[in-house]
Amino acid sequence: MLCEMCKQSQATVHLTEIVNEQMTELHLCETCANQKGAQVESHFGLSDMLSGLADFNKTQETEGETASKACPSCGMTYEDFRKVGRLGCAQCYQTFKRSLGTLLKRIHGSPIHLGKTPARLVKPAKSKTELAELKKKLDRAIEDEAFEEAARLRDQIRRMEQQDQQAKRKASGANG
Amino acid sequence: MASPKDHLAELLKQPSEWLRGSGPVSDIVISSRIRFARNLEKFPFATRASLTSQAAVLKAVKEGLTHVPSLGQPMLLEMADLNEVDRQLLVERHLVSREHVVHADHKAVAIGSGEVISIMINEEDHLRIQVMQSGMNLRDAWGLIDTLDDELSEALPYAYSSDWGYLTCCPTNTGTGMRASVMVHLPSLVLTKQINKVLHTITKLGLTARGLYGEGTEASGNFFQISNQVALGRSEEELIENIERILKEVIHQEQAGRDSLLTNNRIQLEDRVWRAYGILKHAKTISSNEALDLLSAVRLGVDLGVMNGLGRNTVNELFLFSQPAHLQKLEGKALTAKERDAKRAHLIRSKLGGS
Repeated sequence: MLCEMCKQSQATVHLTEIVNEQMTELHLCETCANQKGAQVESHFGLSDMLSGLADFNKTQETEGETASKACPSCGMTYEDFRKVGRLGCAQCYQTFKRSLGTLLKRIHGSPIHLGKTPARLVKPAKSKTELAELKKKLDRAIEDEAFEEAARLRDQIRRMEQQDQQAKRKASGANG
Repeated sequence: MASPKDHLAELLKQPSEWLRGSGPVSDIVISSRIRFARNLEKFPFATRASLTSQAAVLKAVKEGLTHVPSLGQPMLLEMADLNEVDRQLLVERHLVSREHVVHADHKAVAIGSGEVISIMINEEDHLRIQVMQSGMNLRDAWGLIDTLDDELSEALPYAYSSDWGYLTCCPTNTGTGMRASVMVHLPSLVLTKQINKVLHTITKLGLTARGLYGEGTEASGNFFQISNQVALGRSEEELIENIERILKEVIHQEQAGRDSLLTNNRIQLEDRVWRAYGILKHAKTISSNEALDLLSAVRLGVDLGVMNGLGRNTVNELFLFSQPAHLQKLEGKALTAKERDAKRAHLIRSKLGGS
């Protein structure tokens, strides 16, 4: 098949575009596809992408997070956020907890923080028994095929181990 | 106290840390950089902040910075005190983002010694902390920024949630708030037309590629900044390991491309390098883009040993000093684009010992 744009090279890229709910297929060579790609990119910014991703679903609306609900701290509504793609304050994360949880999962693939903790919040290393207890619970959850619970426990364990490591790292850094 | 002018004159005496031209794999990797996005607990983010609130953030941060031992005695520059050329100079040295020089009110930057550390105040987030290292060296950058960030967090309580990590203005940064990026010079992948494939592949692996000056800039001079796309769900060290692993492959590909140019197309390669050198050495006027492209070819020649007697340092210095704001700073006055092109050609000629 020849490229539909230049009608010269072999079409190797097959694009499906949906414009106004009309689906069209395009068969292009790599050069023309790159040009086409560049065109698409130029009018598609991050905030467009976010507002698309940040759409509501029915469950969130019924649970009280409507588009017009305003953050008590800064006054930003979820509708405002969808327009600018930026949040107004730390409290917004609490105000739009459910919708943001879904959004963060879409953006990052996971909604759980496993990175560092501010130094003043790092708790002293958890006791080994507590960790062992959680791991036992995890095994049980997997056995019972309670996968949501298992995922929650897994994240809790990883976070605990992460903090543990951070505390150890700091301790060895301080000594050496 | 020294004025901003004195400070900037100090900067001009040397090339930036990221152009030192040393460090691991420095023939391909120019520099490694890690930045953290952080916000103060009690203040609204930039999107909802009044000027009064921004002024309060700046004041709090200035105070906080005096309690951060690893920062030493930083050079603190308020954007409102700087003219257009001086602001651009900071952008060209990668000390502030392009966004940071628009709407200068209450924006500032604290720069540590040797330009390794820079902290932007009142950018999109209250703090954008950055550590820069020459060559492929994300490890050292991570060690430095981790300590610096701990010290800062003691002085300035951060907006943080145990579920979602560091709370940032844009949800793409939420979590670690980290972007680790490596600036690479990939002329052989561009010459052999493999670059699109490589860039396409790395985006599938959770990384992203940009041009020399960040988001939305084109990749001039065959320079690319490769960084992590995701900030949540993985620890900083995991994110860094992922970049290192993928970068190793990219470097390997570039190396293979260079080897193949040397073995199979040596004459064409030498011709390209020496022609670029010839133009740079004799041109009377040259645009910034042309200079970047030709310097990229010369740098490849230096790295591959087809051109001797010219140090990587000299080439790096020319990359930086032939940028518009640097030229105007050297000249001591504002120049039109036409004047800059002549001045740039003059600077390069004199460095290369041309006519």
